[in-house]
Amino acid sequence: MVLSEKHELLKNLFRNFAETEFTSDILDELDATNSYNWDIHHKMIQAGLMGCKIPVEYGGQGSDNLAYVLMIEELSRVSPVLALYANTPNSLGAGPILQVGTEEQCKKYLIPSAKGEKIICFAITEPGAGSDAGGTTTTAIQDGDYFILNGRKCFISGAPIADYAIIFAKTDLEAKGSRGISCFIVDMKLPGISLGKDEDKMGIRGYPTGDIIMEDVRVPGDCLLGDLHKGFAQAMVTLDGGRLGVAAQSVGIGQACLEEAIKFAKDRKQFGRRIADFQAISFMLADMATEVAAARELTYNAAVLKDKKDPGAPQAIYMAKYYASEMCNRVAAKALQIHGGYGFVKDYKIERLYRDARITTIYEGTSQVQQMVISAGLLK
Amino acid sequence: MRIIVCAKQVPNTNEVRIDPVKGTLIRDGVPSILNPDDANALEAALTVKDSFPGTTVSVISMGPPQAMFMLRECLAMGADDTYLLSSRAFGGADTCATSTTIAAGIRKFGKFDIIFGGRQAIDGDTAQVGPQIAMRLGIPVITYVQKVRELTEDYVIVERQLEDGYEVIKAKTPCMLTCVKELNTPRYMTIKGVEDAYKAEITVWDEKDVALLPESCGLMASPTQVQKSFTPPPKGKGEMLTGTIPEMTDALVSKLTAKHVL
Repeated sequence: MVLSEKHELLKNLFRNFAETEFTSDILDELDATNSYNWDIHHKMIQAGLMGCKIPVEYGGQGSDNLAYVLMIEELSRVSPVLALYANTPNSLGAGPILQVGTEEQCKKYLIPSAKGEKIICFAITEPGAGSDAGGTTTTAIQDGDYFILNGRKCFISGAPIADYAIIFAKTDLEAKGSRGISCFIVDMKLPGISLGKDEDKMGIRGYPTGDIIMEDVRVPGDCLLGDLHKGFAQAMVTLDGGRLGVAAQSVGIGQACLEEAIKFAKDRKQFGRRIADFQAISFMLADMATEVAAARELTYNAAVLKDKKDPGAPQAIYMAKYYASEMCNRVAAKALQIHGGYGFVKDYKIERLYRDARITTIYEGTSQVQQMVISAGLLK
Repeated sequence: MRIIVCAKQVPNTNEVRIDPVKGTLIRDGVPSILNPDDANALEAALTVKDSFPGTTVSVISMGPPQAMFMLRECLAMGADDTYLLSSRAFGGADTCATSTTIAAGIRKFGKFDIIFGGRQAIDGDTAQVGPQIAMRLGIPVITYVQKVRELTEDYVIVERQLEDGYEVIKAKTPCMLTCVKELNTPRYMTIKGVEDAYKAEITVWDEKDVALLPESCGLMASPTQVQKSFTPPPKGKGEMLTGTIPEMTDALVSKLTAKHVL
């Protein structure tokens, strides 16, 4: 896609920011400690990254989904985990509030989120409800002006650092499957909320992930987001936005792997010449570049369709997420193969990229879930 | 205060290669950027704006219409308004004609307090345009500004970088300051800044707008003539001495003696 001048300038901003701020020392530290880097968080605030596509009236920057995917791609190209810092307040954290929140809720929660002052996490997954979100067992029982929440959410990105959590809970216990689920925005400081341990993850280390445990948490009635019992359908729309972010993250990872592979193939000499001169290697590079380019087009196109509110946007997003995430794992594997033994040690960037890539076909809907929804769209 | 920043769009010379036959820059496919020292100049201006509310920062440039992209970047960083001197008549200008044109543009603004410019542009590397603008406007100029110690509406006190130190200079406003990269770290654009930059108007002036005759600008008013440009041949690989420090010192001394350097 030929980008407009405005989007080119935004891309310059994102690339410059990532290449300047995401130093290898910081990336090593994130990987080693698995803890959140608040310095980067504050620098991101200054460039407006936290509120990229949030409307100006809610403290955001008022840009569009294409700018958002450019941002996630460019940040991921240098650090797939630091891209998540800017991703959450633009997608999963803000999505449900923007979509169904009242004016009061938007002002109360979105403004500090878009300014990076507060962090909102999105909590739908449970130990027994992953791909099958309908299996939610967390309950919210109405008690006068309050709801009493009980249950456990797991693998929640950002939970250990979040100020608020968007929690999905069963409000109609009689309803089957994904029916009767409602959505709440819950203050993480409320009595009865506790955190599980931070997960010790394979990749995207440096953005904490953990459980949220709720024991008789009294949540005020005005924390209900959207309509009672209608939370699941709303969540699905939010996940569309999040999936676009994963697609962009995958494109950025794929691009980084490609660049690392090219660099290594030009430097490394075997049999008296650089390995890039062997067709076995150069054809791998050709395949990788083609796949990255294809995934990028799918992703940009999906973003533009979403900006146009085109009815085909969700399907385009599922395809972009499915293809780009699978692509970046294929490309990471080839890039590591080109590195040979050097790719298997931590001295080279590809080792971390390979681990970071792995989550993309899993979170925000596995590839198999994407196949389900894409095919359901074709066959309805 | 009214602050003016002079900025130039330049090819990113990190990515430029030299045509081995013609000796000229190969600009094809090379991205154009805001000249790095000019980004420091803009940052200096924006810092003034941060501490003096009500300050206006105007950026002026001369160049082809493509230079608007660079001016949008200046807007996205926080400049209030931007002006582009663009006309066929300005083409082929050397530093003499360029400073005439930019000074004419600045005169059109009327009253101003400080002009910030970069030390030099990374394409021409002359460092002449800033001082020439100041000369044409009849105001003091301080080049190589590495630190602003004090800045008021009436005067500035700055450190001027020297090879082996710096000197402290005070100048009355209005004045011109040309900035080096040690002065500051330019801020990032913001996303909203980019959005707003594309809603803003960039004022374009030609020679008539700034009251210049065509023969006073561009190639016709440029005394500089480039006879030849070439890439100096590489010097060849250096020799690395090894051993202990006394061994290396002895080897170095004997080599320098053999070459009659010592």
